[in-house]
Amino acid sequence: MLKYTEKIRETAKRLLAEEKVDVFIGYQKGSVPMMNEPLLVNHPDKVDQLYWDNFCGLNLCNYLTKRTDKIGIIANGCNSRNIVTHITENQIKRDQLYIVGIPCEGMIDHRAVARAVKHKEILDIKQEGSTFVVKGDDFEETFEKQKFLQTNCAVCTHRNPVIYDEMLGDPVEEQTGVTPYADVEKIEAMDPEKKQGFFTRLISRCIRCYACRNACPLCYCPTCFVDESEPQWVGKSIDPTDTMTFHFLRAYHCAGRCTDCGACERVCPMGISMRQFTKKLNKDTEALFSWEAGLDSEKRPPLDVYRPDDYNDFIK
Amino acid sequence: MTEKIFTKEEWLGAMEGLKEFYKIFGPVKDGDFHTFMPLNGEKKPDFDYGNSRLSPKSIIYPESERMFEYSLDETEDDAHIVKESPKDYSPCAVVGIRPCDAHAFQIVKRNFDSPEYQDPWWTQHFESATLVGLGCNAPCSTCFCTQVGGDPFNEEGLDVLLFDLGDRFLVKAVTDKGEAFLEKTAGGSAADDGVLKAAEDLKQPAREKITAAVPTDRLKEKVTTELFDAPFWEEVAFACLNCGTCTYLCPTCWCFDIQDEVQGKQGDRIRNWDSCMFPLFSLHGSGHNPRDNKVQRVRQRFMHKLKYYVDKYQNGVQCSGCGRCVRYCPVNIDIREVCKLMNDFA
Repeated sequence: MLKYTEKIRETAKRLLAEEKVDVFIGYQKGSVPMMNEPLLVNHPDKVDQLYWDNFCGLNLCNYLTKRTDKIGIIANGCNSRNIVTHITENQIKRDQLYIVGIPCEGMIDHRAVARAVKHKEILDIKQEGSTFVVKGDDFEETFEKQKFLQTNCAVCTHRNPVIYDEMLGDPVEEQTGVTPYADVEKIEAMDPEKKQGFFTRLISRCIRCYACRNACPLCYCPTCFVDESEPQWVGKSIDPTDTMTFHFLRAYHCAGRCTDCGACERVCPMGISMRQFTKKLNKDTEALFSWEAGLDSEKRPPLDVYRPDDYNDFIK
Repeated sequence: MTEKIFTKEEWLGAMEGLKEFYKIFGPVKDGDFHTFMPLNGEKKPDFDYGNSRLSPKSIIYPESERMFEYSLDETEDDAHIVKESPKDYSPCAVVGIRPCDAHAFQIVKRNFDSPEYQDPWWTQHFESATLVGLGCNAPCSTCFCTQVGGDPFNEEGLDVLLFDLGDRFLVKAVTDKGEAFLEKTAGGSAADDGVLKAAEDLKQPAREKITAAVPTDRLKEKVTTELFDAPFWEEVAFACLNCGTCTYLCPTCWCFDIQDEVQGKQGDRIRNWDSCMFPLFSLHGSGHNPRDNKVQRVRQRFMHKLKYYVDKYQNGVQCSGCGRCVRYCPVNIDIREVCKLMNDFA
């Protein structure tokens, strides 16, 4: 994965120098381990800040919304699917974009790494082939990357970009035989009371910071329903009913649109697994409409089309 | 002031005895991190920790607090009369609070308890609390308390300070309130010179662990409008998601919003933490929003902490260097770097 840093810099430099793009959006190395910062580069001389490793889990598509310039952007599998969704939903035009595709082998779950070293402070982390080495003040441990993938990456079947102008490497083999919805099925099997208890516990730590919503490229409404004040739909306190309303409605707004990029979970300061909500909707759209979001910019998403020949009776 | 030595086991036992006099809060392991919680039979404190994920500010300043209540039932005599909601000001002790977080209460106090205005709820909660700090033997690489007027063993703002000596705690009263707390604490024995020296010896190595240089010395002399118009804000703000992580985890962010919530004929007036990162924070009734984009909002957060506060209170920056925002900002916007940009701006 690290080999892409140089290639990204070269590509960005060329695109900016040849004025094929006005700006280039990628990541820069963070000031703390396991954290990279989204970066906008607007001059060929600044491309050396660009960086790529196993911690580029934030979705860059978030930074495209309603831009008017010509943009170069890095995209792995899920990010490219969100670009497709953005194009479908008129948040950006295809001809504004120069998409630099990266075949992705998954991002490392920073929480799993912290757990593995028993929450001792990590000062440095380096990838070496299929393993990575974690260093702290008084420890050094080596782990296998495959066992520390973000949970969404572990079940991802779209690692290669679905839309691009240029690819920085050969496509990687897509994972087969994964069971993406094992956790959802467990919840489906619960009775209503148990389900209510499960979801209540799931979000009990929520502080309503909205990091999940804001990290999500699907959440681009000029005013979110929780921020509406005339009328006000949702209470602002940490009353569990209001918090639950926020999480449920946010998830439903993502139905048929979510690419399971995992940005929401990655950013949550309280470590809440809110993908438990969106994954259920992904499972349903797959089962009901044979639909996975962001694979084809020519097709309309199932929840925004009406077809007179719809095979469901209830809609006729 | 009293200095006593307790074995760690003895200290945990003493906490049990103190429940008769105080509601005791302590750092409790809560999944992947620690949270300050009231200690009861089920919740045991874990003093072998770095710092809590959320700062303990909510003990004094709850995320949601019912200020007033009222009835809309016109058959009642007191319909539409706003009355203060009952509050719990019984004595509490926050045991194991880090010196940076105690220092943060002093920073916030300048706002909630100024000579002109006293926030009745914040001040009463604060008065009811005894802050029993735990010195930091091993500050994190993201900590910078020494750069903003603090220290891993800073006593300012604490009533009692604990020194972790491995299998024992040296417990030192710092204020009269702390002395009263220690009087009620059963057990312990007098600290001899050897113990006092061992505690003193913890200080320098801890200070040396803080390597971040975050100069704030020139912030005061900057012209506010020039800093406001500095060219770096766009770049600083690019990655920002405008979420509330930094402000909600911060021990010194104090902004709130007041909301009325009515259920049936019963109304509550609630004050909730608010965040300058949210567009609604500055939305006017007219529909105009003076901070309509994220660059303006990000600038506000840093200008408030590192310039407006500095100018208004003439007492340092509105930051205690706990490093939470550095560690948990989802996009790695690092206040240490922004502070450097502001301090060096010419």
